[in-house]
Amino acid sequence: MKSTNSILTLAIVAGLSFSLVACGNSKSTDHNDDNTEHDHSGMDHATEHKMPDGTVMEMNENKSISQLIDPYLAIKNALVKDDSKSAASAGQTLADAAIAFEASSFEESKQTEIKEILEVIKEHGEHIAKSEIVHQREHFEGMAKDFMDLLAITGTDRTLYQQYCPMYNKGKGGSWLSDSKEIKNPLFGSKMLTCGSVKETISMK
Amino acid sequence: MKKWLKLSLWVVFIVLVGIQFVPVQRNEIKLATSSDFIEKYQPPVKIGNMLRSSCYDCHSNQTTYPWYSNIQPIRYLMEKHIREGKDELNLSEFGNQSNRMKRIKFKSILSQIDDDKMPMPSYLFLHSEAKLDSSKKARLVKYFDSLVVDIEKEKFK
Repeated sequence: MKSTNSILTLAIVAGLSFSLVACGNSKSTDHNDDNTEHDHSGMDHATEHKMPDGTVMEMNENKSISQLIDPYLAIKNALVKDDSKSAASAGQTLADAAIAFEASSFEESKQTEIKEILEVIKEHGEHIAKSEIVHQREHFEGMAKDFMDLLAITGTDRTLYQQYCPMYNKGKGGSWLSDSKEIKNPLFGSKMLTCGSVKETISMK
Repeated sequence: MKKWLKLSLWVVFIVLVGIQFVPVQRNEIKLATSSDFIEKYQPPVKIGNMLRSSCYDCHSNQTTYPWYSNIQPIRYLMEKHIREGKDELNLSEFGNQSNRMKRIKFKSILSQIDDDKMPMPSYLFLHSEAKLDSSKKARLVKYFDSLVVDIEKEKFK
């Protein structure tokens, strides 16, 4: 039991260090301080990869982000079903939500980045609203990174899984976020519904 | 009956002449600024030339107007088209965007060219020099692909 606990702690530390590197020191240093008494030297990549749900990334809880996560997941679910029309209307909802989202409630140093991300999410949403399904999927995939970066700053309102299918975009691979562990591929839909694996779990502290 | 026909032809004629005098702003700022895509990224000359002849007419502040652009209502339709093109992508002001936005624009440019969506068929009908054959297309796709890779390596700040 004790060893399970320490493996879990290591994974969390590993996940956090990863997120700090990836996001340019963009989140919760206080959380990192909590773990400083643990020994980092024993950490290796194998620990990360042994986790069934990929790397674990813990975030603050934030309710206001629901207005963006909800339409994002609605687009995902529509694309899973090859439903271009529902994806388009959810895309418009997402674009509107990105305009309405209040960046001013966050730390001032983060606001520029939040605004840049919102601008990009709005652009993706607008294109999803007016494109046919191939382009909807391109924009949906392109948005995954921006969405992850945003959540790293704002926090999340639920557990999300970053999932990855290596076959998308002529073998270059593509990512998306889901609220369920089970793989239902929105980048291929019915053509390849189960291609993919969980790369990272985003959970609340 | 004949009288009516004659009158309406005159009306059409007068309207056509009249609209020639409607002033229109020309989309042709001669000097490229430092935010211009070609100025900023300094692509290989061949790539730069392809962009100029295939994209810049509608996606920059530097349209090269053909002679018939001076005739209304062709001019009006053309300006509308250019406005829409620049709304989506303005290569003259490309450098002013965040890296995050540049990344998705690169991706969009790449897929539009790769899928033969751009340059638009209606544009190619009158601009045969803008057509991208398969080798030109491959070069552009490869180039924008490398820009996507580069920008993804950079931090999104």
